[in-house]
Amino acid sequence: MAMSRDEIFQKVREIMVDALGVDDDEVTVEATLMGDLGAESIDFLDIVFRLEKTFGIKIPREELFPAENLMNNPEFVNNGKLTEKGLAELKSKMPHTDYTSFETNPDINKLGDLFTVNSIVNYVEAKLANSG
Amino acid sequence: MRWIWIDKFVEFHSGERAVAMKNVTLAEEHLHDHFPGFPVMPETLCIEAMAQTSGILVGEAKNFEEKVILAKIKKAVFFDYIKPGDTMKLDAKIESMTDEAASTSGKITVGDKLIAEIDLMFSHIDQNLAGEEFPEENFVFTDTFKSLMRGMER
Repeated sequence: MAMSRDEIFQKVREIMVDALGVDDDEVTVEATLMGDLGAESIDFLDIVFRLEKTFGIKIPREELFPAENLMNNPEFVNNGKLTEKGLAELKSKMPHTDYTSFETNPDINKLGDLFTVNSIVNYVEAKLANSG
Repeated sequence: MRWIWIDKFVEFHSGERAVAMKNVTLAEEHLHDHFPGFPVMPETLCIEAMAQTSGILVGEAKNFEEKVILAKIKKAVFFDYIKPGDTMKLDAKIESMTDEAASTSGKITVGDKLIAEIDLMFSHIDQNLAGEEFPEENFVFTDTFKSLMRGMER
């Protein structure tokens, strides 16, 4: 039977609690992984491994957190900000993310704010729908 | 010199699981102060022993070509003490592995007694996402290390 969005969120919350050592009430839908929950680069890989195990899915490198690849490309980044092309690229790679506030000032230092608990729930939901 | 903190492997299943042993002796001076009158193996050093067991397991899976660095202690829970005269058994398993990192789980036992559960993450630092560069020479799995490992085979 397909998992409901709330069931997915509860599991994602457990993963965040275990991977980042945060309290479960800190893991809200809007919480950002880096800013609010204190995730570092190795934690992202830890989270990917845990998502794969918990949901029985395979997450290809760069699919969930593809931002690093954009950073080294001058076509996508200019003067510390994502270019229009960069933003379009990011959107196509990460369709499960809300860009409303990032778009007004696409500063690469704010990229971390795009990774929210909600974007992960969206990603898993889409992934499970495709595989089921 | 190379600080090897396990004595031998008793099982090695490439890319999957490894079991190592370490004897604990009162000749190890840190036990004299940890704690005075109550010598027990420091838990940090139990984690080191598991990091070496798991780290070698992860390194061997790629023929010791990657620089394997302990990146995260995911879990370290201790249920009992390890005392001088004990032999620790370190049982490590690879849970997940990609080009850039590996995740392991491990149990330490003495006899039938479960002492600790220690889950770790290792980074293959040349494959890091930030594209940072490190010296070409493999400073993790050096020639000295490899010759010590050969000694362990006997």
